[in-house]
Amino acid sequence: MKLVADRLGAIRGGRRVLAGLSFALAAGEALLLTGPNGAGKTTLIRILAGLLQPSEGGVALDGGDGERTLGEQCHYVGHLDAVKASLTVEENAAFWCRFLGGERGRVPGALEAFGLAALRDIPAGLLSAGQRRRLGLARVLLAARPVWLLDEPTVSLDGGAQAALVAVVDRHLEAGGLVLAATHVALPFSRARELALGGAAGAVRAA
Amino acid sequence: MSALIELVRRDLLLAWREGGAVGVALGFYLVVVTLLPLAIGPDLNLLVRIGPGVLWVALLLSALLSLPRMFETDLEDGSLEVLATGPLPLEVVAAAKSLAHWLTTGVPLVVLTPLLGLFLNLGPDACGALVASMVVGTPAVSFIGAVGAALTLRARRGGPLLAFLMLPLFVPTLVFGIEAARGADLASGAFRPSFLILAAVSLAALVLAPLAAAAALRVQLR
Repeated sequence: MKLVADRLGAIRGGRRVLAGLSFALAAGEALLLTGPNGAGKTTLIRILAGLLQPSEGGVALDGGDGERTLGEQCHYVGHLDAVKASLTVEENAAFWCRFLGGERGRVPGALEAFGLAALRDIPAGLLSAGQRRRLGLARVLLAARPVWLLDEPTVSLDGGAQAALVAVVDRHLEAGGLVLAATHVALPFSRARELALGGAAGAVRAA
Repeated sequence: MSALIELVRRDLLLAWREGGAVGVALGFYLVVVTLLPLAIGPDLNLLVRIGPGVLWVALLLSALLSLPRMFETDLEDGSLEVLATGPLPLEVVAAAKSLAHWLTTGVPLVVLTPLLGLFLNLGPDACGALVASMVVGTPAVSFIGAVGAALTLRARRGGPLLAFLMLPLFVPTLVFGIEAARGADLASGAFRPSFLILAAVSLAALVLAPLAAAAALRVQLR
């Protein structure tokens, strides 16, 4: 399986944020998107998730499921956690599991992996920002999807939760998954490359 | 299919837990219909004549109150983006949310109607026709309303804007709903044609409105 971006370009609000961006990501590899604020990290991730249309170029998942769009083969974890305050932690996880077509048995394991097992029965509205973030991240384990798109996943996570995230991502990479993560901190994923997106001028260079 | 059922079930559960939107809609309906006879005075014939129209307009306005929230909470907490990357096409997501809105707002309002009909001196026949027209007509309100809710999603205080925007589209539902409800009184066979047209409006809304709502949602997600 291989994720290929071909000469991607994007214009947001009349400003060019991505131009001529090409990269390929093989199964088992992680790509860390770095760069200053406004460099186009989120734009790139939203294009891959199918939420934005690129102005030029395109992306494709070679060897993926031909019946599904790229977005349907991606887990998208954006800045918001997609957590309902009036549902309990477990109900939130169980809903996304069933909605995204995962097997029911995945819920306890996913909560365990992010240290939420003890908080299972409390309403998600009572969670701290970091706990809510972990619940948002736990979604990637609730259904099997090959590509994970993580937009600044470490925001409000403590050290232990960051280590848990790295462990989860490493397991996914070992199983032949693909991960794209926009980040400002160095995430020690096992097989990670870095893609530095350009500054205000919008120039893109691969590092 | 199971994803669709899950989404509807979650929305019903959220409506049950949070309760606010449904309560406000029911409360507003009750207040409008209670105040009107007091304002008009005790002319029973007049109340019977205007009753179905009053109840239909009050129901429409009550449903409008809760419409802006249909997609708003999911946009605010990021759920909408995840729903968009899910196994369901956005059209089906919009249909599921509309269905959930009908079940949590349309149905309770219709259930409350026979009681409010008593306030307006509606007889059993008139009340039966009115409830039948509402059962068939309220899905159109939820489904057409979803288009407005999706269009005004990022507008601050989008509620009044939604009402202005969708007003022309609610007119057929309202006109044929009231005609069908009046038909029972006149015993002139006016019920059936209006009722059937109302059903057609609802069926058309069921099919067409989710397409428009999904198109609007795609624009809002960009």
